[in-house]
Amino acid sequence: MDEIGLLMQGFAVALQPDNLVLMLVGVVLGVLIGVLPGLGGANGIAILLPLTFAMPPVSAVIMLSCIYWGALFGGAITSILFNIPGEPWSVATTFDGYPMAQQGRAGEALTAAFTSSFVGAFIAVVMITFVAPVVAGFALRFGPPEFFAVMFLSFAAFIGMGRGSALKTVMAMMLGFLLAAVGMDAMTGQLRLTFGSTEMIRGFDFLVAVIGLFGISEILMSIEDGLRFRGQKARIDLKVVLRTWAELPRHWLIAMRSALIGCWMGITPAGATPASFMSYGVARRMSKHRAEFGKGRIEGVIAPETAAHAAGTSALLPMLTLGVPGSPTAAVLLGGLIMWGLQPGPMLFVEQKEFVWGLIASMYLGNVAGLLIVLVAVPWFAAILRVPFSVIAALILVVCAIGAYTVNNAEFDIVLMLAFGVIGYVLKKLDYPLAPLVLALVLGDRTEEAFRQSLLLSEGDLTVFFHNWLSGSIMAAGIVLAAWPLLSALRLRWARPAPA
Amino acid sequence: MPLVTGEEPRHPPRAPDGAASGAIALEMHLPQVAAPRGVGVRTVEVATSLGFMAAGAAAIADSLRLGAGWGADGPQSGYFPFWIGLLLVLAAAANLTGIAIAARPRGGELRGRAAPLFLSWDQARTVATVFVPTVAYVAAIPFIGLYVASALLVAWFMRRLGGFGLPAALGAGVTTAVVTFVVFEIWFLVALPKGPLEEFLGY
Repeated sequence: MDEIGLLMQGFAVALQPDNLVLMLVGVVLGVLIGVLPGLGGANGIAILLPLTFAMPPVSAVIMLSCIYWGALFGGAITSILFNIPGEPWSVATTFDGYPMAQQGRAGEALTAAFTSSFVGAFIAVVMITFVAPVVAGFALRFGPPEFFAVMFLSFAAFIGMGRGSALKTVMAMMLGFLLAAVGMDAMTGQLRLTFGSTEMIRGFDFLVAVIGLFGISEILMSIEDGLRFRGQKARIDLKVVLRTWAELPRHWLIAMRSALIGCWMGITPAGATPASFMSYGVARRMSKHRAEFGKGRIEGVIAPETAAHAAGTSALLPMLTLGVPGSPTAAVLLGGLIMWGLQPGPMLFVEQKEFVWGLIASMYLGNVAGLLIVLVAVPWFAAILRVPFSVIAALILVVCAIGAYTVNNAEFDIVLMLAFGVIGYVLKKLDYPLAPLVLALVLGDRTEEAFRQSLLLSEGDLTVFFHNWLSGSIMAAGIVLAAWPLLSALRLRWARPAPA
Repeated sequence: MPLVTGEEPRHPPRAPDGAASGAIALEMHLPQVAAPRGVGVRTVEVATSLGFMAAGAAAIADSLRLGAGWGADGPQSGYFPFWIGLLLVLAAAANLTGIAIAARPRGGELRGRAAPLFLSWDQARTVATVFVPTVAYVAAIPFIGLYVASALLVAWFMRRLGGFGLPAALGAGVTTAVVTFVVFEIWFLVALPKGPLEEFLGY
């Protein structure tokens, strides 16, 4: 049980007073970000990332990951009280959470949501603690073909497991790869896709893209339907919390099942949003009170929240061990690793023990802190939505502009951010998924590098990706996933011949 | 997080995170009684696909210029972007074909009903009240600096969208600028774009 010892050392790092303060700051900021429109986990972290350059990497990653946990908690507040999901993964929480609030059971719903979030995250962190070192140890033997195969698999998962149009997923993803290719080619030094522009030589920074795609576009979407918030009142007192806690153990089976769904969907980069929907769907299908779902069943809050938090947390496992993030937020954290001068991938577990285990320990502590903070401070966070939209929107725009500028100290990036905002607005309204775009933008260079190095090894022979059982089976799984939408369309046609 | 007015929100929350954008399935286009006019979804769909196609074509062209084959030292610079661009063009073409097929057989039927809207003119006006000042803000930063521009943006939003009085709006704007200045220039030592006013004050 090496892991326990390493984890204890991690706790020693995470419990340093500086890091504890940063953890609390991170959680509070995260909840705030989760509650506010136009700011989510991914772009909240993207905006704050440049401010952490001067910090030691451990402290920086602790603060930023705590923002992520906070955002995961915060999303539930607005879902339940305002029927407005603060984050996409809390959409499913509105189905039963808001009806509960309307019946005057807001405190119960919030307590259930926060507690299940905590349980989901906790299970995922335990999983990470014991599985991550194994995966990393395994991945140490990876060569370029295996790395390309893993990345191929994660991108194929978007195509095979996405809910929307597979074609749109492919288009968004390819656009991400192209944007990543803009600028200097690291292997030959040639300029690519710059079309003579000097501003383009730097390429597109994904942080700028994230701030625009997720931040600016969200403000534009929010404004469409007007300018007001309407919400239920929230009061949480100790009695409600204890009463709900007494009731929760009865639903342990739902929680465990949802956590498993969440962990699985988080590791394969399907993400927290589909995990929450799937978990809600499963809980409803397996329930004896199916008809009452959507009218205020507590299971309808427990299931999506547990899964979303488990998925959000376990998305860090592939990020840490393979350098392949499982969600846009994990992708931003990965960008952070690179900026702090750490090389993501399995070597982290060998060379940066303090960093990795400090981060994992802070996941335990951050989630405990998050649970306590949200339980105590819900009314204050809910009060933020009483601030007029005109004030919040302007402040968020200013924060986004500062965030985009500070990435490279370039005024042109603010213009780019705005352009990405418009692109994100249009794509979101047309149901293009943005996560594959962002992940392709982040991983594009490394995917290409792995691809080209593999081809160099094999002198141009594409069968290199099938040269051993490992990369061969990963590639095969990827091909099946990528072809899945096509296969299922064909199967439907077979099963039901076209009506004459 | 979208906001709510008295009416049913036409566009339920979408998914900025997570692969599958699960919420999208919930999208509903309520049958509109007095069909509001605006930009149709199909128009924007087609335009977007064409945009994707153009990006793919540009990538292919530039990759061919650099060489998309096998050089003396391995795959050339254009090798990877060429195939990515090709995939993008093909996917966009397939998407366009799908839109065309979906449009054809039901064309007659649809004529009676309002086609789904991307954005009604009313919504477009509301979005413009936020978007136009934002563009002005971004355009002004290189000339007057970020602090003054931010103060003006906050004041404008509060005055025009929030209906605050001029003193309150200006006060909030100046406060925002000063707080930002203290946090970034003084605490974090991050220099943000400055204009003539900051120069005059000696920064």
